Amino acid sequence: MTELDCTAVELGKKIKAGRVTAPEALEAVLARMDRQEETLHCYVTDDRENARKKAETVQAQIEAGTLSGPLAGVPVAIKDNMNTAGLLTTCASRILNNFVPTFSSEAVKRLEAAGAVIIGKTNMDEFAMGSTTETSYYGVTRNPWHTDHVPGGSSGGSAAAVAAGECYYALGSDTGGSIRQPASFCGVVGMKPTYGTVSRYGLIAYGSSLDQIGPLAQDVTDCAAILEVISTHDPKDSTSVKRDDTDFTSALKADVKGMRIGIPRDYFGEGLDGEVKDSILSAVRQLEEAGAVVEEFDLSLVKYAIPAYYVIACAEASSNLARFEGVKYGYRAEGFDGLHDMYKMTRSEGFGPEVKRRIMLGSFVLSSGYYDAYYLKALRTKALIKQAFDKAFAKYDLIVGPASPTTAPRLGESLADPIQMYLGDIYTVSVNLAGLPGITVPCGVDSKGLPIGMQLIGDCFQEKKLIRTAYTYETLRGAFAGCPGKGKEGGQA
Amino acid sequence: MANTISDETIEYVGILAKLKLSDEEKEQAKKDMGRMLDYIDQLNELDTEGVEPMSHVFPVHNVFREDEVTNGDDSAAMLANAPEEKDNSFVVPRTVE
Repeated sequence: MTELDCTAVELGKKIKAGRVTAPEALEAVLARMDRQEETLHCYVTDDRENARKKAETVQAQIEAGTLSGPLAGVPVAIKDNMNTAGLLTTCASRILNNFVPTFSSEAVKRLEAAGAVIIGKTNMDEFAMGSTTETSYYGVTRNPWHTDHVPGGSSGGSAAAVAAGECYYALGSDTGGSIRQPASFCGVVGMKPTYGTVSRYGLIAYGSSLDQIGPLAQDVTDCAAILEVISTHDPKDSTSVKRDDTDFTSALKADVKGMRIGIPRDYFGEGLDGEVKDSILSAVRQLEEAGAVVEEFDLSLVKYAIPAYYVIACAEASSNLARFEGVKYGYRAEGFDGLHDMYKMTRSEGFGPEVKRRIMLGSFVLSSGYYDAYYLKALRTKALIKQAFDKAFAKYDLIVGPASPTTAPRLGESLADPIQMYLGDIYTVSVNLAGLPGITVPCGVDSKGLPIGMQLIGDCFQEKKLIRTAYTYETLRGAFAGCPGKGKEGGQA
Repeated sequence: MANTISDETIEYVGILAKLKLSDEEKEQAKKDMGRMLDYIDQLNELDTEGVEPMSHVFPVHNVFREDEVTNGDDSAAMLANAPEEKDNSFVVPRTVE
């Protein structure tokens, strides 16, 4: 343990107190990257030279007293689907292999204004389409807990980087579980806020009605502090919500007395790994012993969330990804015959198989003759799912369940059967469909040595209940073991 | 498989999605899409009669703002990302003879 082995908020305090400096913290991270990146591959782009300059500037501002705030000087990793001005942004796709944005996404701008030092851009599933980070054009990321396993996805690079100490915290995006599931697989805390809380401006869109940016962090305190910085009403995002309750750190209280927790029976039935189940239920018992009121109930409609999600997400993706055609930016094919052939060849060579699969399905469900049967049916199902949650939240402050049916699968096991992979999203996608906030907190380690995550789901705008309960649990649980390889020579074998 | 995807359908989807698929990719896409639609057909078990399609979870309507220019002239930086540019414009293959 050194001064630099600490959470983001702790580091921010130490920098302010003059015990460590922003450049020292950055160098510690870069040294770990030098030892581990060859194995783990959390990053697509390493921007260390600019990060070094930024760390110097921020340090001077902190010393001059012109920059304060909990995250000033703290090194951060950004998922590669958020635009960063002047810094390569690939979305882990070949089609954006040379794209250098002229502007930064609003969430990144908020972090920069708070004195964050951006280390680089993290690996992900191509266009955030996947649950393992294996669909990246730039190669897989390995789980730092066990390098034969995936880190989850799509924000797998961000989750692995936090777990392996290759950043103090990271931003991810969550369309169907893409923050919460990799956080769970990598033993870190991940939060998807209520839809509209963080601006999507500059986030390269996948499913616009579902996408939301959020933090991946070492603990709940960091998570709350980061969310407080990036939450904003942004006129540049027409779905941005005006909120005056974004002082999330005020909810960091170890007290769950009277908190009504619903346990959906349908989240603990067939398909859920026994060790995951036991671990989560034992965490729930700890909350109950601390004064929470726990009750089982039937959420209903759970199995319909995945088909509805894939129809809606793919439909939106087919429209959002129409902009990639080799004219204004990115990859352009060679040897084409005319304009339309150029579009088609560029897209066929630029997109990977999973992206093509989703664009085709999306185009199909939106096509005339199928629109009502598939797309509108899915939107009606979404309305019913929202109603089921409304009913649950009339009785409970929050719902607790798993983030994923299993711990991290082995590399190479998931992509062969897409539907099987999609089924892994069963506990996360409905949260996006209903626009709800969700947080995952590590609650155990299975017999393979892989972390288990517990997911807390709240009603819209009830992040504070989630933060309070997750923080309480963290206090009861005590320090989480942490990734075995973190900081060690070469990471974990 | 309940949903059989014809060659014509895949051809049509390829046009809509602006993708050029190899024969092998077409065969795979037919299989994948058929299986996915079989799976999605579960939704037909649900009675959604009278349920309004929900596109947005919050009751947001059109969000208007004044049409004011707030950014500077970034055209040089934007064109730097173009695969081909000429005279401050994007270059595309000739489409009109």
